[in-house]
Amino acid sequence: MKLILEKITKTFPGQKVFRDISVEVNKGQTLIINGPNGSGKTTLIKIISSLLLPTAGKVVFNYNGKDLTGSDILPYIGLVTPDLFVYDELTAFENLNFFAEVSGLVVANFEIKLAQFGLKGRGYDLVGTYSSGMKQRLKYILALMRNPPLLLLDEPMVNLDDQGKSMVEDIIKSHDGITVVTTNEKENLKYVGGREIRLGE
Amino acid sequence: MSAAGKSGLVSKTLAVLLKDLRSELRTRYAICAIIMFAVVTVVAVGFATGGITLEKDLQGILLWLVIYFASMAGIGQSFIKEEENRTSLALRLFAYPPSVYGGKYLFNLMLLFVLEIIVVPLFAMLVGLQVKCYVLFFSVLILGTIGLAGTTTIIAAIISKTSTKGVLFAVLSFPLILPLLIMAILLKRLGGVAGVNFLCSSNVCLRIFTFRLCLE
Amino acid sequence: MVWKIGLLLIFSWVIIGTWVFEPPMSSTFNPEIYRIFYYHVPVALVTFIAYALAMYQGLRYLSTKKLQYDSKSSIAALLGTIFCVLAMVSGSIFARFTWGVFWNWDPRETSIVVLLLIYLAYFSLRSAVSDPVKRANLSAVYSLLGFIAAVFTIFIWPRITPGLHPGAPGDSKIIVMSFNTLIVFLPALAAFIILFLWVYSLSVRVASLQKET
Repeated sequence: MKLILEKITKTFPGQKVFRDISVEVNKGQTLIINGPNGSGKTTLIKIISSLLLPTAGKVVFNYNGKDLTGSDILPYIGLVTPDLFVYDELTAFENLNFFAEVSGLVVANFEIKLAQFGLKGRGYDLVGTYSSGMKQRLKYILALMRNPPLLLLDEPMVNLDDQGKSMVEDIIKSHDGITVVTTNEKENLKYVGGREIRLGE
Repeated sequence: MSAAGKSGLVSKTLAVLLKDLRSELRTRYAICAIIMFAVVTVVAVGFATGGITLEKDLQGILLWLVIYFASMAGIGQSFIKEEENRTSLALRLFAYPPSVYGGKYLFNLMLLFVLEIIVVPLFAMLVGLQVKCYVLFFSVLILGTIGLAGTTTIIAAIISKTSTKGVLFAVLSFPLILPLLIMAILLKRLGGVAGVNFLCSSNVCLRIFTFRLCLE
Repeated sequence: MVWKIGLLLIFSWVIIGTWVFEPPMSSTFNPEIYRIFYYHVPVALVTFIAYALAMYQGLRYLSTKKLQYDSKSSIAALLGTIFCVLAMVSGSIFARFTWGVFWNWDPRETSIVVLLLIYLAYFSLRSAVSDPVKRANLSAVYSLLGFIAAVFTIFIWPRITPGLHPGAPGDSKIIVMSFNTLIVFLPALAAFIILFLWVYSLSVRVASLQKET
């Protein structure tokens, strides 16, 4: 298992976000993308997850001996980002069951999962009634549902309380695939070792 | 790890359909828009032609126009809602694209049938509808609806990504739907359904195919 | 340069041939009118070729995601639309002198209006999306859908509904091409195709140069 970024360059009309980013990450390692606001952290996460095309360069994810590029990578990632939203008019259970069914998973007992992530007994509430911290927790259940080898966490701590933050730390530590995390404050993630990319310098 | 796989396409498609039905039943957004629009149009047509007995050809044309423009008011919602509530990212991460198209297609088809169950009797009452052969009338109606849903669903997927959704929806789907609409209208005169049948099946297959390309 | 001289020669031959030989249809009320056949039909066929090319380049864009194919696709669609207008105008002139009016909603005439609408909608779609990648994706898919509808509109619809245009069902005046007709028609077809390809390649070059600067 290996994630390779090859000379990734991204320009939006009239501005260059970053250029020639090359990095290799192996199984068990964590890649930290560090930089101030507007330095392109989310853009880079989107490029890794194939949701955005780079202007130049390419992303390769080697898994089980196969080189995956483009949208072939989608089934293997778990993504948590502020841009991710689930259906407000459905309950947490309905949301989880729906995403499990459309991705071809056997529908599991989500009661236990909800309890693990501190949402015990809230499964039958509409997601629209959730607080932003609770929604963030739900996103983690969703992202980890498929046991993804590649975990992409964009601003993982946003909206979370202390207990939630330590939950995320545990997730990152115990994940045995590759983890990519963005942050703008190094202190938040001092517990994770790993490669680091600094953007916006 | 079978999210990209084609296995279980039927159950995945049904999951999308059920999800859409469930959220439609809770918000009732599309169905309200579509039925209100249709009722208003039928009443307007009935009022404008009040007292005049319309020719049979004209009845068929007006009926299809009412159905077409009413569908414009509601069919786009299934995709536009995903875009406006920003849930399309989650859908893209988890779902196999043809199952999304298939589910939304079935949802829109059901929406159109509900619309027709209300509009056709209302139209017959307020405007008048002389049907010579009921078998032919209903087969043209059903096949025409199948084709209409196929085309408008893919156009809805396209326009949900643009900024001027409402206007563009009618502009883009009208020329594409026109051959179908004209066939459906003409068939009342010609008395055969082969043309529509061919058109519907080719439409649906190709649209599923192109939808997959669209998302990748 | 050779191509341009060749094109000039072919067009000269076509223009001379149009008037020198007998008209392509001899058995009708006003056979002279049918001389427009040498221009109207090739232009209509080039319209179709251009739209097919737009779809093909759109497909290439979708499989490679290279924006250059998107620009090629839109250029082909634009040229197709210009040829479509030419076909419409020439057909309308023909209609005026055979059926007495410029426009009478014959199935063939309606079909070309629909064709024009499809591709005008294509350009309104392009102008509605500002992000180039998104625009390329959406318009490539639409060009594919539009072409499917265009095939039906051009080839099937006018043949199954009765109308005035030659070739409609029930039309007894079948055009049988004589040798003299063919030696004008085939060069005319070639000339219009070459003209289209020439303008197309020029426009592609202009577009790529504009992008570089």
